Amino acid sequence: MERPLTKNIDAGREPLGLKDYEAAGGYQAVRKVLQEMTPEEVTAAVKKSDLRGRGGAGFPTGLKWSFVPMGDDAPRPKYLVCNADEMEPGTFKDRVLLEGDPHQMVEAMIVAGYAMGADVGYIFLRWAYRLANQRLLAAIAEANAAGYLGDNILDSGYSFKLHVHTSAGRYICGEETALLNSLEGKRAIPRAKPPFPQISGLWGKPTIVQNVETLCNVPHIINRGADWFKSISRSAEGGTKLYGVSGRAKNPGCWELPMGTPIREIIDEYAGGMQDGLKLRGLLPGGASTDFLVEEHFDTPMDYASIAAAGSRMGTGTMILLDDGNCPVGMVLNMMEFFARESCGWCTPCREGLPWVEKILQAIEDGNGCAEDLDRLSAHARDLGHGNTFCALAPGAMEPLQSSLKYFREDFQSHITNKRCPWS
Amino acid sequence: MRVKITVDGKSYEVEQGDNLLRACLSNGLDLPYFCWHPILGSVGSCRQCAVKSYQDDDDTEGKIVMACMESSNEGCRISIDDPEAKRFRAQIIEWLMINHPHDCAVCDEGGECHLQDMTVMTGHDSRRYRFTKSTHRNQDLGPFINHEMNRCITCYRCVRYYRDYAGGKDLDAFGVHDRMYFGRQEDGTLESPFSGNLVEVCPTGVFTDKTFKQHYTRKWDLQSTPSVCVHCSLGCNTILGERYGGLRRVLNRYNADVNGYLICDRGRFGYGFVNSDQRISEAGVRIADGCTLESIDSDVAVRRFTSLIKNKESLIGIGSPRASLEANFALRQLVGKENFYSGASAQEFELVATVVDAMRNGSTQTPSLRQIESADAVLLLGEDPTASAPLLSLALRQSTRQQSILEAAKAGIPMWQDAAVRGLAQDSHGPLFIATPAATALDDIASETVRAAPDDVARLGLAVAHELDPKAPRVVKLGARLKLAKRIAAALLAAEQPLVVAGTASGSKAVIQAAAAVATALGVARAKAAAPWLFLTLPECNSMGLALLNAKPLAEIKQQPKGRGGSVIVLENNLYRRAKAEQVDALLDGKTLVVLDHVQHPTVDRARLVLPAATFAETSGTLVNNEGRAQEFHTAVMPTGAIRPSHGWLLSGLTACRPDEKHALSLEDLRAACAAEFPELASTWLSDESPTLRYAKEKVPRASFRASGRTAMHANVSVHEPTPPEDPDSALAFSMEGFRDPDAQLIPSYWAPGWNSVQALSKFQFEVGGPMRGGKPGVRLIQPCKDAPPSYPDEIPAAFAAREGEWLLLPLSRVFGGEELSSMDPAIQVRTSQAQLLLHEDDGLSLGLSEGDIVEIQSEVGSFSLPVAMRKNVCRGVAMLPLDTPGVGFLQLPLYASIRRVSG
Ligand SMILES: Cc1cc2nc3c(=O)[nH]c(=O)nc-3n(C[C@H](O)[C@H](O)[C@H](O)COP(=O)(O)O)c2cc1C
Ligand code: SF4
Ligand code: SF4
Ligand code: SF4
Ligand code: FES
Repeated sequence: MERPLTKNIDAGREPLGLKDYEAAGGYQAVRKVLQEMTPEEVTAAVKKSDLRGRGGAGFPTGLKWSFVPMGDDAPRPKYLVCNADEMEPGTFKDRVLLEGDPHQMVEAMIVAGYAMGADVGYIFLRWAYRLANQRLLAAIAEANAAGYLGDNILDSGYSFKLHVHTSAGRYICGEETALLNSLEGKRAIPRAKPPFPQISGLWGKPTIVQNVETLCNVPHIINRGADWFKSISRSAEGGTKLYGVSGRAKNPGCWELPMGTPIREIIDEYAGGMQDGLKLRGLLPGGASTDFLVEEHFDTPMDYASIAAAGSRMGTGTMILLDDGNCPVGMVLNMMEFFARESCGWCTPCREGLPWVEKILQAIEDGNGCAEDLDRLSAHARDLGHGNTFCALAPGAMEPLQSSLKYFREDFQSHITNKRCPWS
Repeated sequence: MRVKITVDGKSYEVEQGDNLLRACLSNGLDLPYFCWHPILGSVGSCRQCAVKSYQDDDDTEGKIVMACMESSNEGCRISIDDPEAKRFRAQIIEWLMINHPHDCAVCDEGGECHLQDMTVMTGHDSRRYRFTKSTHRNQDLGPFINHEMNRCITCYRCVRYYRDYAGGKDLDAFGVHDRMYFGRQEDGTLESPFSGNLVEVCPTGVFTDKTFKQHYTRKWDLQSTPSVCVHCSLGCNTILGERYGGLRRVLNRYNADVNGYLICDRGRFGYGFVNSDQRISEAGVRIADGCTLESIDSDVAVRRFTSLIKNKESLIGIGSPRASLEANFALRQLVGKENFYSGASAQEFELVATVVDAMRNGSTQTPSLRQIESADAVLLLGEDPTASAPLLSLALRQSTRQQSILEAAKAGIPMWQDAAVRGLAQDSHGPLFIATPAATALDDIASETVRAAPDDVARLGLAVAHELDPKAPRVVKLGARLKLAKRIAAALLAAEQPLVVAGTASGSKAVIQAAAAVATALGVARAKAAAPWLFLTLPECNSMGLALLNAKPLAEIKQQPKGRGGSVIVLENNLYRRAKAEQVDALLDGKTLVVLDHVQHPTVDRARLVLPAATFAETSGTLVNNEGRAQEFHTAVMPTGAIRPSHGWLLSGLTACRPDEKHALSLEDLRAACAAEFPELASTWLSDESPTLRYAKEKVPRASFRASGRTAMHANVSVHEPTPPEDPDSALAFSMEGFRDPDAQLIPSYWAPGWNSVQALSKFQFEVGGPMRGGKPGVRLIQPCKDAPPSYPDEIPAAFAAREGEWLLLPLSRVFGGEELSSMDPAIQVRTSQAQLLLHEDDGLSLGLSEGDIVEIQSEVGSFSLPVAMRKNVCRGVAMLPLDTPGVGFLQLPLYASIRRVSG
């Protein structure tokens, strides 16, 4: 099994420094694109690989790059932004890459930056990732000193500056347009699209925002080609994926596996199965803002198309488990507390609707639920859907709610009828 | 281009690319909204304007979209009535109401609240939220604006208006999720001189008029009257609200060509002089001791007036730039044109004449205030319009966005996509070049600023003119400013619609002439393109009207034969603001002085006869603004007691003095006579085809449908309802009954079924934000002389050289405290900061001064003391003296003076 993204990572030691990283084949992709390829060829190679965004939405990466204005008339400076905000509950995959192989991140930024003609790159980092911050800064310093960053990189005529920006710590900062506002020093509220960031992004200039994991795939695609990339997966979608498991499994964690590895295999073989005495009732396959999947779905391969067919979303590919020793209402309440708190306050449905949902769930959990509550919850799940709200935060938040109402309705009902939480 | 869209099966014509919300509203459809506003554009935050949108004829499902965020395209098909869309809109209201206090019954906004209207419109009527409401702390935001945060629905309009539109810095959105807070970082007066518009921009009762609150009345109980602001020369349109004989508040009145949706704080809050207990409310005659004024009743007053003016061998009339055209003309009729003098100072007289000359005899076009927003390169010379003509500053602020709006259009972003247009533009502004002696409130968005004395400002202007047209005189020894002149010339030349702005507040004829020269030269350089724009401000609300009546300058009075006795009639004017005290005294000594005015001042103090005049709120009349636009205002408050409109007093005098002649008896007659004598003015009152304006059988009601307590209002005096007062001068009635029509020319307030707030205005416009269906935008009286050959000033002023030990005193306009009438308003007084002499920091240091020191300013005309303010952003060698500084008296500036520290 190939693990291109994590091959250099060993949690037991410091990440590879520049020399070791180079020795392991690092910065070859940078040399290759700068010396042998035009930016358009790099984009074409990524397009050919069918790489899809690993930040949650799964948008085809090469296609996104192709919208960036190129050539001499293109507005400058152009920006490449790496989305390393990773605030999605249950998600810790980007952290593995950032802490484990910072030079891979830096190399990926340079290659992607070259493809879009970026002048400046930012890594927008979750505030709490202090170790990642240290290691990235160290790697960037080394890369600068070695001439991989800065002016006229490797005498190619291409210049690229790279900065790390630590976020102030809001979930909405991970939404790519709110991220840009935040980076500009403005309120972290999303922007309307169109115009897309590729046309008017950071400081009104052409900008690409890309997830950490997405970017880290790029040097490998450049080095080894689209066919190789597709070949290492177990599904029609190419590449590997960093899958994560949290919850009461024996061995929660994060593993790079071929795209399309089935859910049950990930839980049983890598996460070691459930803790003794507990049974898996359901799971959120890709972070807190994806729909629950239950028993009947556990053999689904974890890839975008299959998870969508099962009625959920691949999201970040990091699953959160619900076992039979935990209250599903409490679990959803916990998430709604998070989402209501993290609402940016811009649009009415999310700003006002999520706290209402939270309060209803709290009432139900406290044994104060009433008969109309389930209708109110369903109505919110419907009315906070895509298109009704300004950005995808609230629709995402509604995914676990609506699916829990579908799969665990009797649990909600019994809270209301018996005026208490059966688990408390 | 017009395209057809289908809304609920019916076809409508709309402008291609317009957002669907505006398109629907422009077609008279009712669609609720909050965050969108005609001047703020769309941001899609409230989600209230949801409609169903269908892809094509086969699409039966449709999807919910926000109308304000979608472009209108040919064939676009939407539904407002779709049950799902309707339900969603009601749900939005339910969410907005979760924490709302539901205090309509005691809310300042109640009765003209957009939230109330939208709530009713969506049909949301019962509460399902069963948890505790959250509350906020309110802030003290100063004398103008009341703050009640609990009523907020988080539509973000306030901050978008205050910061993005008006350039304010001290109001912001704080907090997150459902704990958003709109206010200042800490309690304190809102700094923007345009803060009052929050009252109308905020769709709920968060920001309300604090001055109104002090004599609050329910909105539907107000009698509303269309009026025109008297606090600067721009002539913004206003609506005056009256109850129980008092002027309760001033609101914006939309004029598509002038002030649009906005007015400034001076215009909104400066009305206190009308209700003031300092008003002259009775006629008075000065008894023998020369001090005491004895009250007399009106009939006696008319007789006295007649006897004082009848058969006088010398009768002089002094008009006023703050009195109506009709009052000035009535005075002129009474005293004869050879005895009619302008009430402006000698300098103002000359500056205004220079402006009129440039407008009448030049080939450049005077834009409307509204057009200024679309200028894409601006040169501002000599003054800070934020102080001298506040709304001009706001219009200029918008003009600096013009280029980025064009850029956005190129990137496919429509102008109404507000956040996107601003996001693309970021901090780029301009071009706007500013050359003034001291900092202006537009400096933050200027491309380049120069601090220079007026003569140097004029030299820079002339140099720009020379760059554009070599026939314009060449300015030598410009130094580094030659390069600047070239940059300015290039920017103006590159623009689609360049604009040059100056005015009388600079106190410099050379500056005005230089501005005219730049515009003229631009016209030469751009030969085939549209005429360049030249916009010149004037000192007062009717400076232009007075100038058009050909009054003679005050200075010529002394050339009159010095007849024994003789009378002087002064119309609404304090001569001590117009000339040095000795000059005024010399002029009045030995004469019998009659003063008609509504406020107390030193000229009133020496009058033999004082006639109590109506303020602008108590009479009808016409003002001509700086662009030469004649606009009518109307009686909002019936004058009580002895108070009469000035023109009324003057006509009584006229009738009594010359009983045999046929002359004007009414305002109507007066206008006819004025039109006959001044053909240029005739179009002002050209009777309109619409019978609703004048000679109407039915009058236009000032009161709302819902006026309540009409019978109870005076029940403590008599249970019989009094006859409503008659207003012979307009087609308006103090009544609920009458003719209401959105197509009428006289629109006293905005109301349409379901629309009780100011947002009902859309129903009175052909297209939202466009011209009124009937409302009259005023009449432009002055046309440029299109074929005038370019002419330039013959003289180039010498470069300013700072003098050793002497400072050039220059006039400094102030938005609050620098205008006569508004300065009497208690709220404006709170906002007026202490007058300070403004110096360049290094000049101050060279005098051994520190900030706040009291200095004595000594010139050949005397001395006075003031605290000093020291800034970097002031021209070296000059000292800026606030206009109307208390205790300083009249000063003809510029003037050289020495400055000496008196105390710390
Ligand atoms: C509320 C919200 C939070 C998000 N947080 C993240 C995040 O932390 N990291 C991330 O990569 N993408 C996040 N996204 C997705 C980004 O908006 C964007 O789609 C992504 O960064 C694009 O990169 P990709 O195409 O490489 O996935 C978030 C989206 C939403 C709506
Ligand atoms: S859905 Fe609306 S309120 Fe919620 S985070 Fe997005 S923009 Fe903000
Ligand atoms: S204060 Fe008024 S304008 Fe501002 S967000 Fe609240 S409701 Fe809107
Ligand atoms: S800008 Fe001038 S006319 Fe307009 S409201 Fe202000 S003072 Fe009045
Ligand atoms: S008016 Fe359209 S979203 Fe607010």
